[in-house]
Amino acid sequence: MIRVELPYHLRVLGKITGDVELAIDAPVTLGKVVEALEQSYPPLRGTIGDLETGQRRPLIRFFACQEDWSFANFDAPLPAAVASGQEPLLIIGAIAGG
Amino acid sequence: MSSVRVLVGTRKGAFILTSDGKREKWDVSGPHFGGWEVYHLQGSPADPNRIYASQSSGWFGQVVQRSDDGGQTWEAVGNKFEYEGDPGTHMWYDGTPHPWEFKRVWHLEPSLTDPDWVYAGVEDAGLFHSRDGGQTWQELPGLRQQGSGSNWMPGAGGMCLHTVLLDPTSPQRIYIAISAAGAFRTDDGGHTWKPINRGLFSKYIPDPTAEVGHCVHRIAMHPARPNTLFMQKHWDVMRSDDAGDSWHEVSGDLPTDFGFPIQVHAHEPETIYVVPIKSDSEHYPPEGKLRVYRSRTGGNQWEPLTDGLPQSNCFVNILRDSMAVDSLDSCGVYFGTTGGQVYVSPDGGDHWHTIVRDLPAVVSVEVQTLS
Repeated sequence: MIRVELPYHLRVLGKITGDVELAIDAPVTLGKVVEALEQSYPPLRGTIGDLETGQRRPLIRFFACQEDWSFANFDAPLPAAVASGQEPLLIIGAIAGG
Repeated sequence: MSSVRVLVGTRKGAFILTSDGKREKWDVSGPHFGGWEVYHLQGSPADPNRIYASQSSGWFGQVVQRSDDGGQTWEAVGNKFEYEGDPGTHMWYDGTPHPWEFKRVWHLEPSLTDPDWVYAGVEDAGLFHSRDGGQTWQELPGLRQQGSGSNWMPGAGGMCLHTVLLDPTSPQRIYIAISAAGAFRTDDGGHTWKPINRGLFSKYIPDPTAEVGHCVHRIAMHPARPNTLFMQKHWDVMRSDDAGDSWHEVSGDLPTDFGFPIQVHAHEPETIYVVPIKSDSEHYPPEGKLRVYRSRTGGNQWEPLTDGLPQSNCFVNILRDSMAVDSLDSCGVYFGTTGGQVYVSPDGGDHWHTIVRDLPAVVSVEVQTLS
């Protein structure tokens, strides 16, 4: 299972109370994670990837295994430790504004 | 026993204020969607328990929420606003073409007859509607494609479609307004539109009497007299008695005719309300005195309403969607400020009380009159 950590506002929006774990076939990519999140939690549609372009929203960041994956292609395979569930994928709201 | 439900959108969430018909004691619920900007909430005239809310964030984009129990619980519905066809470009602040991009929903206007039918005025300016309770949205592209769209330019707040008025006597007629394009009307349910800006004079645009390009801040209409419209423009309070085909100024003896909201009394179609703001450079009341102005003559003659409002050191703004009226026998008037206060006058403006005073900046105020 893929483990995902979400920002507070998206957990509230998705009415998520526990851990977020997703079953995703290999290869595990950012695009598949976002798609699985939106299927599991429909209120999150369009809040991470832009509905029109399919691209990461500008103030969303992806971190995995202490690396910044925000600018990676959505089709790029995530690290093996994320794909195996050993490490979580962190989806972060960028630190900006008030 | 009648009651009222006031729907307040703020920069950091939504609040629902309820009271009985006396409008003296209030229950405050919220924040709903805490931390998100809520530009607008509006209840369905056909089913008061159905409420729509526009929830948005610079981080996470647009969400539309729907309640079927008067705001106690909410469900996120559809948030895909896709312009029909190639949206092309409008004019940017520097005069260059700029791609049309959806940013947020400014205003939600439910149908007068069908709770599942709701219009959404959006930035960049466009009019969408949903016939399935907000699950899916379709653009009414005739407005954007009306012919002048490539010349529309954003106002300081963005190129927003902020006003949607449905004519209760003519279901095919809709009025909308865009900053800073002007007012438009359709007589065929949104297929075709025409600009209705004749008589407006805006000295801040190259041709002050241009067909489009005016910064209309808000339009109001009394449902019993839908051919009469009142407009708060960037500067000037205007009136039309021919469904917007022509306008004339009714600023009269106002201390300043800059402002944002305008409203009409629920039972007196010639009684209107504005909140004068010092200028477009200084968005606060003149002299630090918060005064609502009322005209009982459909404009030109105005009286300040001050009882219960701060008359010193008040430097808040009242945004365009932040004033509403209820339809109780003694018409209630409500407005919210960027300082987080929501005021009510249960007697048509004669006396004012503070419902809440420390909310986040208020963006919108609507009221439902419940029986």
